Amino acid sequence: MIFAFSEDIETAFEILAKGREIADALKSELAAISIEGHGKEEICITYGADKVYSIDSGLQADLIVDCISSLINPYKPEILLIGGTRLGKEVAPRIAQKFGVGCASDCIDFSLVRGELIVKRFVLGGRFIATQRFLRKPQIVTVPPRRFEKKLDKDRKGEIIKSSIELVEPKVQILVIKKKTPEALRIEEASIIVSAGRGLKKKEDLKLVESLAKALGGALGCSRSVAADLKWLPEEHWVGLSGHKVKPKLYIAIGISGQVQHIAGIRDSKTILAINNDPNAPIFKACDYGIVGDLYEVVPKLIEILK
Amino acid sequence: MDIIVCIKQIYDLGQIKVDTASKSPITEGVARKISDFDKNALEEAVRIREKHGGTVSALIGGTKEAAKEALAMGADEAVIYSADTDSLGTATILAEIIHKMKYDLILCGEASIDEFSFQIGPRLAQAIGIPVLTYARKIELNDGEIVVERGLENRYELTKAELPALVTVTKEINEPRIPTLLQILGASKKKITEISPPKPEAGIETLSITAIEMNRKEIILKDTEELAKVILSASK
Ligand SMILES: Cc1cc2nc3c(=O)[nH]c(=O)nc-3n(C[C@H](O)[C@H](O)[C@H](O)COP(=O)(O)OP(=O)(O)OC[C@H]3O[C@@H](n4cnc5c(N)ncnc54)[C@H](O)[C@@H]3O)c2cc1C
Repeated sequence: MIFAFSEDIETAFEILAKGREIADALKSELAAISIEGHGKEEICITYGADKVYSIDSGLQADLIVDCISSLINPYKPEILLIGGTRLGKEVAPRIAQKFGVGCASDCIDFSLVRGELIVKRFVLGGRFIATQRFLRKPQIVTVPPRRFEKKLDKDRKGEIIKSSIELVEPKVQILVIKKKTPEALRIEEASIIVSAGRGLKKKEDLKLVESLAKALGGALGCSRSVAADLKWLPEEHWVGLSGHKVKPKLYIAIGISGQVQHIAGIRDSKTILAINNDPNAPIFKACDYGIVGDLYEVVPKLIEILK
Repeated sequence: MDIIVCIKQIYDLGQIKVDTASKSPITEGVARKISDFDKNALEEAVRIREKHGGTVSALIGGTKEAAKEALAMGADEAVIYSADTDSLGTATILAEIIHKMKYDLILCGEASIDEFSFQIGPRLAQAIGIPVLTYARKIELNDGEIVVERGLENRYELTKAELPALVTVTKEINEPRIPTLLQILGASKKKITEISPPKPEAGIETLSITAIEMNRKEIILKDTEELAKVILSASK
């Protein structure tokens, strides 16, 4: 049996697609775990699940750990796939510790060798890829959102099983939830991303980069400097190793030097373009096309031509 | 308030070279440093002590060098151990060591910047059976309770738990101090304990580590018109 869980429904569909491939190869069953599913259980079947265990417990980490653990005990899954959201990355290692097993975070690739999972993930600051295997079961992995394609099959049939467990009072209480506004950008979903770096002189100049993004129908991204140090843009625009990992068909880096941690987040982009006034900027070794020039000249001209 | 801060010493990642034949990392001779977010955790611990009193113990997977740095930043004592294992192994070692210590609060960085797996804090809390509050951008303490503001993808949450608890912190929470010469000298008087815990079982085996090949075209264009053409064909 293979288990898949993500509280983020899109990510759940994506890991179900990956889980389906693995389950078919192992001639095993794929079960989605749906916590507070709000009627989405049926859809999980059309995205690849054979079974859906549905539990209404509340989406709080302590409760999720208990719910998933209560299903691991009787069903003894070989593999547990968890969506690599922040919540997912908290519950996966906790479950792994509870069962005394390993957990591989943010796996970018899977294969099966003699029925065992072999995973790949970025290490050493994103410049290297480690190939790893598990020494014990269940084999627990988290999968980054938007890494794999979801697959819909409207005719799939499956079974929904209502489960309930005796819930203990969670140790952590959620007092207030404040939505990020505007409704958080999902930069992973953009097919074109135009990103701004420290090459911008002031916050207002972001408008320039944003209007290029708009002209191309793309999303606005940025380097860590712009999000974390200058705080010109919120976290959801931050691209890189410690930000969002993206793979658009076109990525344009404007005034971004191209340090390894930034590159780690854009490595799977189809085409990478760079605008930078320093011919020795490392970004020119990491892009397909580059132009050496002042962004304050190049970008307005570019917008003009593209119009 | 007695605080334990878990710290990992890592390689200075920028200095790691690649072996041309095997594509594996060369770590020999590479300098080591305290992982970035662990410094935020230590800074936060020192600030809490400055406000509420108590002690800060740094529990360091690494060498005396890292211990000295942590002591200079304000830790009262340091315990160093070596952990050549995975997250399961490390959390198991830490739980074992912490079992014998007195504490109200444990702080960890949200992740180490070499592995970025976000596992040690949640695993450790699970192993010792205390509440865990992850991705903290603000911490407040009152009357045996801790209130943490945490950032998730689309929302902020204000969460609360009873002490003792474990908190993982993000880079946003503070700006770690750079110790003065006086603090560096003062640190030499503080206690460093070296322990060698037995090697626990690991959950994961690493088969290989190889450098990522960069296979980009690296074409430098001459003017903006060319750039516009490339953009149009690439965005189709
Ligand atoms: C643990 C860790 C994690 C990290 N994670 C991330 C991450 O996820 N994402 C990330 O981006 N970074 C990350 N970093 C930071 C990273 O190392 C760099 O510091 C950061 O990416 C630099 O941002 P930048 O390119 O915007 O700024 P800079 O490096 O300052 O580059 C600015 C560039 O703009 C160019 N420029 C200046 N003026 C102009 C002009 N008028 N026209 C054109 N070009 C101009 C300059 O030549 C320069 O190349 C991380 C670092 C660490 C240690």
